[in-house]
Amino acid sequence: MTDAAAVSLRSVGRTFASGEVVALKEIDLEIAPREFVSFIGPSGCGKSTLLRIIGDLIKPSAGEVIVNGKTAHQARLDRDYGIVFQDAVLYDWRTVAKNISLPLELAGWDRGRRDARVNEMLDLVELTGFEKRHPWELSGGMQQRVSIARALSFSPALLLMDEPFGALDEMTRERLNAELLRIWAETQSTIVFVTHSIAEAVFLSTRVVVMSPRPGRITEIIPIDLPQPRTNAVREDPRFFELVTRVREALHGGSGRDSELRLAEAE
Amino acid sequence: MSGYTVTPVAGERVLGRTVRTAREWLPAVAVLVLGLALWEGLVAALHVQRFLLPPPSDIIRTFFDERDVLWHAGWYTFKEALGGFAIGCSAGVLFAVLVGRFRLLRTAIMPYAIAANAIPIIAFAPITNQWFGLLNPLSKMVIAAVLCFFPVFVNTLRGLTSVHPSSIELMHSYAATERTIFRRVRFPNSLPYLFAALKVASVLAMIGAVVGEYFGGSQEALGVQIRNSAALFAFETAWAAILVASLLGIGFYLAIALVERLTMDWHPSARAAE
Repeated sequence: MTDAAAVSLRSVGRTFASGEVVALKEIDLEIAPREFVSFIGPSGCGKSTLLRIIGDLIKPSAGEVIVNGKTAHQARLDRDYGIVFQDAVLYDWRTVAKNISLPLELAGWDRGRRDARVNEMLDLVELTGFEKRHPWELSGGMQQRVSIARALSFSPALLLMDEPFGALDEMTRERLNAELLRIWAETQSTIVFVTHSIAEAVFLSTRVVVMSPRPGRITEIIPIDLPQPRTNAVREDPRFFELVTRVREALHGGSGRDSELRLAEAE
Repeated sequence: MSGYTVTPVAGERVLGRTVRTAREWLPAVAVLVLGLALWEGLVAALHVQRFLLPPPSDIIRTFFDERDVLWHAGWYTFKEALGGFAIGCSAGVLFAVLVGRFRLLRTAIMPYAIAANAIPIIAFAPITNQWFGLLNPLSKMVIAAVLCFFPVFVNTLRGLTSVHPSSIELMHSYAATERTIFRRVRFPNSLPYLFAALKVASVLAMIGAVVGEYFGGSQEALGVQIRNSAALFAFETAWAAILVASLLGIGFYLAIALVERLTMDWHPSARAAE
C-alpha cells in the first residue's frame, strides 16, 4: 500500500529560525493516486509549507517524504509534479502559448510535439484563440487557467495547488472549481490543494485535511462522500451543508476561540 | 472597435494616424516657437549684451554657416561618448551579473559601489587627461565610462534580483539549473531596468565626453571648441556647438528608446503603442 501511495508523509516536521518557530510537527498522511486532498486551516498552520515540502521546494527538518515511490527530491528532479501558485506566475515576455510550453522546452521536447501539446492544453482550459496573447492582456481567471495548463502540460501524475483561486472573485472561483474537477477527471491526476475556503475544500475534495497552528499539525481528516462527478448542483445538496458545517466545527474546535479569531483574520 | 464604426481603408487610417500624431505634438511645437520668439523679442527689447545671450536667429545662422566644422567636432566627441558608453555599460552589466550570482560578492562590493556612486566623477577629468594623454580620446572615454557604469550596474542588479519568489520556485519545480533560471527568468526580468539605465547612461556619456574636453583635448573636439569660442567672445559659435551637442545627445537617447521598443514588444508599456 505504501509503495502505491502518490504521496506519503511520515512524522514530517519543520522548524524555522533555528528551532524557535515550529511550523509543522509530526505530520503523518498518505495520499492515494487519483485522490483530491485539500489542506485547510488558519494562517500560520503550515499548509503552504507542507505543500512545498511535498514539492521539495522546502526541506523538512524531520521525517520522511515519499512522492510516487521515491524521495521528494528525486521526484522533483524527475519532474513528477506540476505546481500552481496563488499568483499565476506567468512570464510577461512570453505569450500564452510559450508560457504553457516552458516546462516542455526545459524537458527538451521538440517544436512539433510542443505545439501539439500546447494546443491540447489550450483546449483543456478553454483558451483556444488566446495563444498569441501576452499574460497582461488576460483577466485574473484566464491567467490562472494558463497557469494550470502549464502545470499539466507535461502530464505529471501529481498536481500541487497553493490557494490557486484565492485572489479571484467568488463567481470566477466557482466556475474554475467546476472546471478543475472536469480537468481532474480527464487527466486522472492526483491533486493536493491548499485553500482558505471551506466551501471550496468540500466541493472539490475526496478528503479534507484540517490543520491548526502553533505548532502546525493535522487535527482532523474528513472524508467527503459527495457523489462523483460533481456539478454546481452539489452546492445545494443538504449533505454539502452538513460537510461544510463539519469542516467548520473541526477548524474552530482546533484550539478554541483563539483559532476562530485567527481564521477570521486570515479571511 | 465599436459595432457601428466602418473599418477605414488603409489610406484613411494612415491619414487619421498622421492627424492624431500632429495633434499630439502641436502643443510641444507651439511652446518651442513661442519660447524662441520670446527669447528673440526680449534680447532685442532689453538690449541684452551679445556675450550674455545672443538672439536665437544669430545662433541658428551660425549653426548653418559653420555646420561642417561643428558637425565634424560633434562626431569626434560623439565617438568618445559612444566608446565610453560601450565600455561603461558592458562593465556595469558584467558586474551586475557577477554580483547577482554570488552573494558573498554582493556583501563585499555593494557598500563601496554605493559610496563610489556619490563621487563627482567629473572631478577626475584632469587626472584621466594626465593618465591617458590630453589628445587621446581614451581619456574622455574613461570619464564617460565611469559615469555610465553605476546606473547600469545598480539597475541591472535590481532587475536580476527583483524576481518574484514564486517565479524561482516554479523553475525549481522543473528542476532547472541556476544557469537556466538566469537565462529564462532573471535576464528577461532585468531588461526593463537595463533599458531605463541605458537611456540615463546615453545622456551621461555625452556629458562626460564634453565636460572632459573642457579640461583640454583635441582642437577637433566639441568641448574644446565650446571653451575656445567662449574665450574668444564668439558666443554664437559656442551656442551653436551646444546645440550640436544637444541634438547628438537627444539622437542617442532616441536611438536607445527605439531599440527598447523593438526588443520589448512584450512589455505592458507597449500597450500604449497598440
